[in-house]
Amino acid sequence: MMRIKQSLGGLLLAPVALAVMAAVPLHAQDDPFAAPVAVVEETVTAVTDAVGDVAVVATEAVAVAAPVEAEAEEEPTPVEAFWAGKEAALGIYTVNNLWICIAAALVFIMHLGFSAVESGLTQAKNTTNILFKNVFIICMGLLAYAAYGFNAMYPGDNWTIPGWFALGSPIANGFTESDAIVANLTSEYNAGYTIWGDFIFQAMFAATAATIISGAVAERIKLGSFMLATTIIVAFAYPITGSWEWGGGWLSEDFIDFAGSSLVHAFGGYAALAAVLVLGPRAGKYVGTKIKPILGHSMPLATIGVFLLFFGWFGFNGGSVLSADPVLVSLVFVTTALSGAAGGLAAVFTSWTVLKKPDLSMSLNGILAGLVGITAGADSIAPWPAVLVGAISGALVVVSILMLDRLKIDDPVGAIATHGICGNWGTIAVGIFGAGVLSTQIIGTVAISAFAFIFSLVTFGVIKAIFGLRVSAEEEEQGLDIGEHGQEAYPDFVANK
Amino acid sequence: MKKIEAIIKPFKLEEVKDALADLGIEGMTVSEVKGFGRQKGHTEIYRGSEYTVDFLPKIKIEVVLAEDVVEKATVAIVKAARTGKIGDGKVFISPVEEAIRIRTDETGDKAV
Repeated sequence: MMRIKQSLGGLLLAPVALAVMAAVPLHAQDDPFAAPVAVVEETVTAVTDAVGDVAVVATEAVAVAAPVEAEAEEEPTPVEAFWAGKEAALGIYTVNNLWICIAAALVFIMHLGFSAVESGLTQAKNTTNILFKNVFIICMGLLAYAAYGFNAMYPGDNWTIPGWFALGSPIANGFTESDAIVANLTSEYNAGYTIWGDFIFQAMFAATAATIISGAVAERIKLGSFMLATTIIVAFAYPITGSWEWGGGWLSEDFIDFAGSSLVHAFGGYAALAAVLVLGPRAGKYVGTKIKPILGHSMPLATIGVFLLFFGWFGFNGGSVLSADPVLVSLVFVTTALSGAAGGLAAVFTSWTVLKKPDLSMSLNGILAGLVGITAGADSIAPWPAVLVGAISGALVVVSILMLDRLKIDDPVGAIATHGICGNWGTIAVGIFGAGVLSTQIIGTVAISAFAFIFSLVTFGVIKAIFGLRVSAEEEEQGLDIGEHGQEAYPDFVANK
Repeated sequence: MKKIEAIIKPFKLEEVKDALADLGIEGMTVSEVKGFGRQKGHTEIYRGSEYTVDFLPKIKIEVVLAEDVVEKATVAIVKAARTGKIGDGKVFISPVEEAIRIRTDETGDKAV
């Protein structure tokens, strides 16, 4: 997601795509972004021809466009005037922007995935609570990012402490006419898509940090304290580390974190680790030296969730190309899928070897670990090294989950290992297999993780001191569904009571 | 009247039900229960930690019958539910003082 200042979108696109775009002429209508119906047939022809002869099609396109300009009677709007004679670029701009918006919708579905994974890997008596937290997180995350986070993460030239911190502000309601002409409704970071597309794609990411915490602290945290802490973290902490890299801050020169192995996942993972340390383990999990497993109540839900996350990850990584560049988007799809697959298999075989059984929930964590691992280098790591990155992530996540359990750090869904530790590994992997420099990658991921950990430690610590963080022992035993919400997720399942 | 309570392996329910139906027995109550006897539990593993499952899932069939069919029914249940392996379950028979069909007020053997 490293933003590169581009002029009018990626003009690096293949000639064939250029020709296809050129075949959609700009009509002198009120809305220059609307594709005229009459041109659709010609476009279809152009697509067919484009494969054969690029030059011929381009000529035809100009011929089609010419008479339309002549018909224009009204004075062109500033935006129309801006695009006049740049029909090919407008076509690419439209496709880029469309892809960013589709990717934003794919990232949105990841929140359903998180909801399902977290519900499945926890007990039935806490399901309403888990689902409620996820509902809250996406609603709060989008609004907090609009009200403060976006402009704090992408401050442009408005840094408070240059390279380190920028004060946020609400996103604009609109733009002046000169903004519209010069920047064409784009941010100063990238002219490849509109600022609305930019905002909504980034906003979908923002809530992820809180979702990662939600799984780790499940089944014992007070609802109100959780809501307060995650709001503070998503609104204020996430944009700070984000600005260091994606906003053009001190890490943005050499450090590479393509779609956020560190900025999103390790950030969430280490914030979760701090929260769990302040909160403590679930009652009955560690008795003396023994680890007593607390079983998740629905493996089908957990599996559905992981598949939804895998699905959404194509938007998470694919959209982070920040254009519809055909080579990069497809490469990112390949590396993302291969790494996720390798992570799943590696976790299966690691758990089979270490634990003597192929543990389903571990292989689900393995898929997610592979996806987290490739997120930093999805555009710069080749397919076979991507398989290796995923496989190492899958093995690492199983070992990390077992290790954290030994340390009595109770994480019901394995979020700290999956997002935190594999986020670190993925970022470092860019220095080994991708375009990054190893030492810079290590400095970057450690800095981001450390900031997230400390900020979260202070936030949860202060909230614990003022409001308390844990539900009562009775409530924990009875379930947070009744205790916090007064309602159950499965009221009719009498037989299982 | 007697009540037969049979605790059986869950997958034997269909066979036991059919065996009772063959004797013309028209009703029964079935519940999912958990428990253990000599079979004991077994160990399972979840996310790296082993745990013992002491209570194994079983099916409990309850059927109240007139005296004259109790023996035949018991034999049928035992025959149908047997696998010969440990954990096949048990049958308990106890006297029932009275039975009333709620819809019609019928009592005794007519009600079962």
